[in-house]
Amino acid sequence: MSEQALVEIRDVNFSYDRRPVLNGINMSFGKGKVIAVMGGSGCGKTTLFRLIGGALRPTHGEICIDGKVIHALDDKGLYEMRRKMGVLFQFGALFTDMSVFDNVAFQMREHTDLPEEIIHDLVMMKLHAVGLRGTHQLMPAELSGGMARRVALARTIALDPMLILYDEPFAGLDPISLSVVGQLIRKLNDALGTTSVVVTHDVQESLKIVDYVYFISEGVIRAEGTPDEIRASSDPFVHQFVHGEVDGPLPFHYPVATTYAQDMGVSD
Amino acid sequence: MPVINSVRRVGHRVVDSIWRLGVASRFLAMTLLQSGTSFHRFQLIVKEMFSSGVMSLIIIGVAGLFVGMVLGLQGFETLKRYGSESALGSLVALSLVRELGPVLAALLFASRAGSAMTAEIGLMKATEQIAAMEMMAVSPIARVVAPRFWAGVISMPLLAALFSAMGVFGGYVVGVVMIGVDEGSFWSQMQASVDFREDIINGVIKSFVFGVAVTVIALFEGFDAPPTAEGVSGATTRTVVESSLAILMLDFILTAFMFRGV
Repeated sequence: MSEQALVEIRDVNFSYDRRPVLNGINMSFGKGKVIAVMGGSGCGKTTLFRLIGGALRPTHGEICIDGKVIHALDDKGLYEMRRKMGVLFQFGALFTDMSVFDNVAFQMREHTDLPEEIIHDLVMMKLHAVGLRGTHQLMPAELSGGMARRVALARTIALDPMLILYDEPFAGLDPISLSVVGQLIRKLNDALGTTSVVVTHDVQESLKIVDYVYFISEGVIRAEGTPDEIRASSDPFVHQFVHGEVDGPLPFHYPVATTYAQDMGVSD
Repeated sequence: MPVINSVRRVGHRVVDSIWRLGVASRFLAMTLLQSGTSFHRFQLIVKEMFSSGVMSLIIIGVAGLFVGMVLGLQGFETLKRYGSESALGSLVALSLVRELGPVLAALLFASRAGSAMTAEIGLMKATEQIAAMEMMAVSPIARVVAPRFWAGVISMPLLAALFSAMGVFGGYVVGVVMIGVDEGSFWSQMQASVDFREDIINGVIKSFVFGVAVTVIALFEGFDAPPTAEGVSGATTRTVVESSLAILMLDFILTAFMFRGV
């Protein structure tokens, strides 16, 4: 996809016990780009997300981030790599026993020796960037779903990461919050010069903000391209997914060996 | 073959229990190895001591007071038969310092603070807070588990001491103030019979051991809980049951070594 790739996924397979989840995945995420990885529920998106974050090891192939094979790193190396990464979890995963301020300041306090006055200013800047400067004293329970996601985004960019992973950032948001979060992902990516990987099944919002899209189905890449290419695609799977059609290559009915008539007892 | 299946099930449970014990031991070793952050930033432990220790003060104090009052009443009735009412102070103090203080305080601590620790960590896992911490290159063992472990270990002997002190006061109120046992003999008998090394120190050692057992069980169950509502509720129940059994079993072993010299 790009000559200057920050993340390279080469021929990756992954299985849970003996159940294959990903098979022969090849991807390349260029520096400074926003990439979407899409697919239906259970297609292996989140597994791929966890593989990139080093939480899982592939059964075959390798994942390189900034030139280093992530699953070959020891604990120290993995933690050093993760300091350069930011992760936004599906529902924010804010620390519920800490205020908004302490959540955003968490990584600064854990990984730097910055004085508290500087941390204060940095936290205010990050909260301002996501439009929530006045909320620093609130607790996570006092935030709406969209606000919690934005605070989590501020926490994710706290140490200006080179790579940001988003796991279903649009899940459960109202249309306005969804649009706000989508625009923030794009703007923050461009402002920080980072690379963003958005794992999602929200087609319309994603196609507005990303540079490149991968579609995964049943553990393999079924389609890829720019948003315009995806919109114009005649691939039946992409067409079904983009237009939200009930039946198609992804069937409505769960695959079973018996017929409906057999299950109802009216046929042998 | 139902018999073979039953044997297989029992065998599976035994192997599973031994495996869990091994994982819990490794969890304790990792907690001890990663305790540096907690002592380097002692305010993390102090914050957790507030949640587990300070918030348990009322239940421990009130329970200690009532246990002491019951001891005063029962002890007086028994000692009266032998004309030894003046030994009431000794009976109340020795019962509390050697046994009831450490054991009952630990049981209450397991129910109040242990279950809260398990539920909190289980929910942190269910809401991906633990995973988020891992992805921020912060060890959850060092940042979440170790401060809670040391807070529990430090709080437990202090809570047991409070329980015993409140119990002695309860025994005094019933025995001296309400029944009329001589105040001088109540305190002097107590002072003469309670040995600092034999009774007080052994009681402190017991409560320290109980503190380690309860907090390790509570933290491990929370950390190991399946990230679902049912998983967290099951882990919380297991914490209370396993902690209570561990306290009573350890109490027997420690008492055998301390007071019988086995």
